[in-house]
Amino acid sequence: MIKRKFFEWLPASLMFLGLLVLWQLAVSGLGLREYILPSPAAVAHALFSSEINWTGHIIVTGTAILGAFLIAAIGGIALGTLTAWSTVMGRALMPFLVFVNTLPKVAVAPLFLLWFGYGIFPNMLIGALIGFFPVVINTAVGLTQIDEDMLDLGRVFNAPKWKVFAKIRIPNAYPYILSALKVTATAAVVGAIVGEFVASQSGLGYVIITSQSSLNTPLAFGALVWISILGLALYGAVAVLSRVLAPWAEGQEN
Amino acid sequence: MKNIIELDQVGMVYETGSGPVEALRDINLAVGEGEFISLVGPSGCGKSTLLRVVAGLRPMTSGSVIVGGVPVTKPIPKVGMVFQAAVLLKWRSILDNVLLPAELAGLNARDYRTRAHELLELVGLSDFSGKRPNELSGGMQQRVALCRALLLDPPLLLMDEPFGALDAMTRDDMNLELLRVWGETGGSEGRKTILFVTHSIPEAVFLSDRVVVMSPRPGRVAEVLDINLPRPRSVETRASAEFGKYSLDIYDLLTGRQSGESGSALQGLG
Repeated sequence: MIKRKFFEWLPASLMFLGLLVLWQLAVSGLGLREYILPSPAAVAHALFSSEINWTGHIIVTGTAILGAFLIAAIGGIALGTLTAWSTVMGRALMPFLVFVNTLPKVAVAPLFLLWFGYGIFPNMLIGALIGFFPVVINTAVGLTQIDEDMLDLGRVFNAPKWKVFAKIRIPNAYPYILSALKVTATAAVVGAIVGEFVASQSGLGYVIITSQSSLNTPLAFGALVWISILGLALYGAVAVLSRVLAPWAEGQEN
Repeated sequence: MKNIIELDQVGMVYETGSGPVEALRDINLAVGEGEFISLVGPSGCGKSTLLRVVAGLRPMTSGSVIVGGVPVTKPIPKVGMVFQAAVLLKWRSILDNVLLPAELAGLNARDYRTRAHELLELVGLSDFSGKRPNELSGGMQQRVALCRALLLDPPLLLMDEPFGALDAMTRDDMNLELLRVWGETGGSEGRKTILFVTHSIPEAVFLSDRVVVMSPRPGRVAEVLDINLPRPRSVETRASAEFGKYSLDIYDLLTGRQSGESGSALQGLG
């Protein structure tokens, strides 16, 4: 088992290492300036450098990402359930949701700042806005894509609507919701960083903007590494959650 | 024999985008308690719709349906349903799938565990109660669906092409199995009544006391045939001359072939 895992991961690890080596060789071989492209060694140095309070920035951005994810997940599931629960609700909500989704969310970011001021909350909202739509759609689809025969089974026993939801529709929707949440996990990261780009005094996005103006490129790369680690952690958590909550769906989606 | 189902001039019209479609017209049929009735007919003859009308799942537009002495106006919980697909919940164990009707009907599932185990044993699946549906073959899944339909001991079983998706050998096995289970799950009121929809003429003849031959567009009853083959029926039943004669009669009715043409074929079967 462990041996098999090792061989499964071997190609990716070799590829990753190879790229690092190539990168280092390119930088030293071509004599690139550090502010154009810092070497992996320089990035590694910046990652653990004490000239910057990494922990503080990571906590700020991590909170924004997690908050964005939770708002998108809870709001998306609630809206999706509402549209599936009642046809009238679906008809009222869906066009509006589609409209909101077609808005370029990044363009709304300055407005959020105006309304909610500086801080983590507007950044959370931007991330949530980018990430909630797939959750709404997949929740609604998962709740309604059910074999008509299955629903007849519920009708025969005059089962109340909530019971059909609890016993049949909601478990049926798990795999759909969980695969949407994987998309949302990535969107939450984008939203949080975009928010920090627009205006902020802390966070990894803020680090990237300020290091760019001071030409401290290794620091920007360091922030990138931390961002991708945060993103991977959230994505991994969703993947584990889906394996626990919907083990029957394994191999069913991607 | 008391009638458990009485259909009187049942008609059904439903609206589609391109206008109304008449699915059923003037269906008259009385089914006695404990009878095994098959509905055969080509696609579009409304046999599946008729089954759902009897269960109260689809509204008729004219006539009346009486089940167990009570007019059907909404879904009736006195039926067990088996569909062409097993439609098991893939996130539940086999046992929990069998217990589903109890939960949906608002009963305490715990009280039905023993019965669920007995039913699974009856169809030879006691070792699979903890497995998930995708670990079972198509035939096994359909057995589970049968157990689920039988859980609450309904007097009436409605089966909509339950073995239609199975291969021929499994299908023949399931026919025998169904007759055996039917014989062994009598309950206090005697044998269950079964209304069985199928495309297969041999299946209908093999299983039934009577076969209702339907014609399409709109669905009507063309003929009702008594199948006087002795019970219990076995593999040998299929080889008998009477079996062939009944099958051919139904075939003639469905295709509109004149029975005179079948004379030589019948002699050949004899």
